[in-house]
Amino acid sequence: MDQHWESVIGLEVHVQLKTRSKIFSGAATDFGAAPNAQACGVDIALPGVLPVLNAAVVRMAVLFGLAVQGRIAKRCRFDRKNYFYPDLPKGYQISQLDEPIVSGGHLDIGTEDGARRRIDLTRAHLEEDAGKSLHEAYEGYTGIDLNRAGTPLLEIVSEPQLRTPAEAARYFRTLHALVRYLDICDGDLSQGSMRCDANVSIRRPGDEFGERTEIKNLNSFRFLEKAVRFEIARQIDILEAGARVERETLLYDAERDETRPMRGKELSDDYRYFPDPDLLPVEVTEAMLEEARCAMPELPATKRRRYADELGLADYDAGWLVADPDVAAYFEDVAAASGLPKAAANWVMGEVAAAQRQDGTDAAHIPVPAAQLGRLLQRIADQTISGKIAKTLFELLWKEGGDVDSLIERRGLKQMSDADELAAVVAQVLASHPAQVDQYRAGRTKVLGFFVGQVMKETRGKANPRQVNQLLRDALA
Amino acid sequence: MDAELIDRLMRLSALSLDEQQRRALSADLQRIVALIDVMQAANTEGVAPLAHPLDGCQPLRPDEVTEIVDRERFQRGAPAVRDGLYLVPRVVE
Repeated sequence: MDQHWESVIGLEVHVQLKTRSKIFSGAATDFGAAPNAQACGVDIALPGVLPVLNAAVVRMAVLFGLAVQGRIAKRCRFDRKNYFYPDLPKGYQISQLDEPIVSGGHLDIGTEDGARRRIDLTRAHLEEDAGKSLHEAYEGYTGIDLNRAGTPLLEIVSEPQLRTPAEAARYFRTLHALVRYLDICDGDLSQGSMRCDANVSIRRPGDEFGERTEIKNLNSFRFLEKAVRFEIARQIDILEAGARVERETLLYDAERDETRPMRGKELSDDYRYFPDPDLLPVEVTEAMLEEARCAMPELPATKRRRYADELGLADYDAGWLVADPDVAAYFEDVAAASGLPKAAANWVMGEVAAAQRQDGTDAAHIPVPAAQLGRLLQRIADQTISGKIAKTLFELLWKEGGDVDSLIERRGLKQMSDADELAAVVAQVLASHPAQVDQYRAGRTKVLGFFVGQVMKETRGKANPRQVNQLLRDALA
Repeated sequence: MDAELIDRLMRLSALSLDEQQRRALSADLQRIVALIDVMQAANTEGVAPLAHPLDGCQPLRPDEVTEIVDRERFQRGAPAVRDGLYLVPRVVE
């Protein structure tokens, strides 16, 4: 980015709360049901129906507020946000304007140079989601599915303190990890469980904020980063050409990697908020706060510090492992089973992650039980098997399951550590390759690797490599 | 209550009014605004804003699925339905 410009980014993230029923009705919230099969009288706004607030959404908002050290309102209120759109059957969305359930708080994110940076939150408020409009399938018509109408959302608004597209993406990731740890959102971005709007402006460092644009509905970390990057470049071009940035709402087109205006200015927002007379003020009692405090799990930032301080992991590794609560849980089980946290970290980040990527397996469904991987790591540590054999064995466990010790036994995978046995193989290898022996003795010591390879081939990978090295050096000396 | 404001209110309310209706609405609105001016004149210093006329707080409902949706019944009253979707005149963003 141009050195003379500073970008100013604030994010509004809509988090779908993981409830069984909707925020104001008893209809189910399951994803993927037949169209309108989960839209009850309240959700489709039949005359005379009344909303009744779901206790779980209050509990989840309070939990979030405590986790970010925000202020929890003892009393808050719902307002009507009025606009017309067919997927909003009441003609208004129930939201919270000036008495949100959570105010303030902060989120600490990692920076490019490995430090931490604190991003302040403005607020987090409760609201209902709208339905879905399907514009493509019906000639001259739009199809409306109201299953999503009334799904509880927590909208989390950051202060405009993010400065780069990468930082914005890291904030989104950090928030994603947090809501998954709190178990208030399933975090499935592909199903729209978290959607992000980005407010972007640029300015000369030290100047007042410039005019901002809002990019709507970004549902992946990568798209957020790309959309913001594009938008910053677009605004720089406008200002450097001597023109002005117009305040507008944009959509990001991932295929063309560009932002485009979403709606015309004549429809500029005027939502005519007013308190919803159908809902009484919400009280958050001391008992509810206490319950949330008791339910608070170990959060990613604390976990990360513990991994570094108590388990001796590098900060990068600790950060990698805590990003996904299921990965962290698996790692902790493997570390506990093996007593070898560093090896457990290496394996979870290496072999396990690679196998997950290959099979598209999420961390909650890793087929190798943590106890088995733990045993495997112990068998490497006590030199029963070589690292190479361990990888083969891991593949076997991943595909077919089984018990590490009996597989080692049954398949004869035990490392050969018997000095006499190995010495015999070494002698045989050297005898069969006199030319390479001469090369080695003439000073081309790199040939040693060739001999090691030959010994491994002869022993089908079972030879203890350290011993083989030593034996070869002795024999060739 | 100028014409521009009436236009804007009509757009926000998605209303289409003829000239006579507009005049009637404008007259109504003027009286409503006058009433609000009277209310604004009341001294509310030191009075906490009232979010709701009822003195109470919102009862909460346990997070349980209690509504079994009879889609066909709900959709009987809809002007157009296909594949389970409500159809409305095409809206394009």
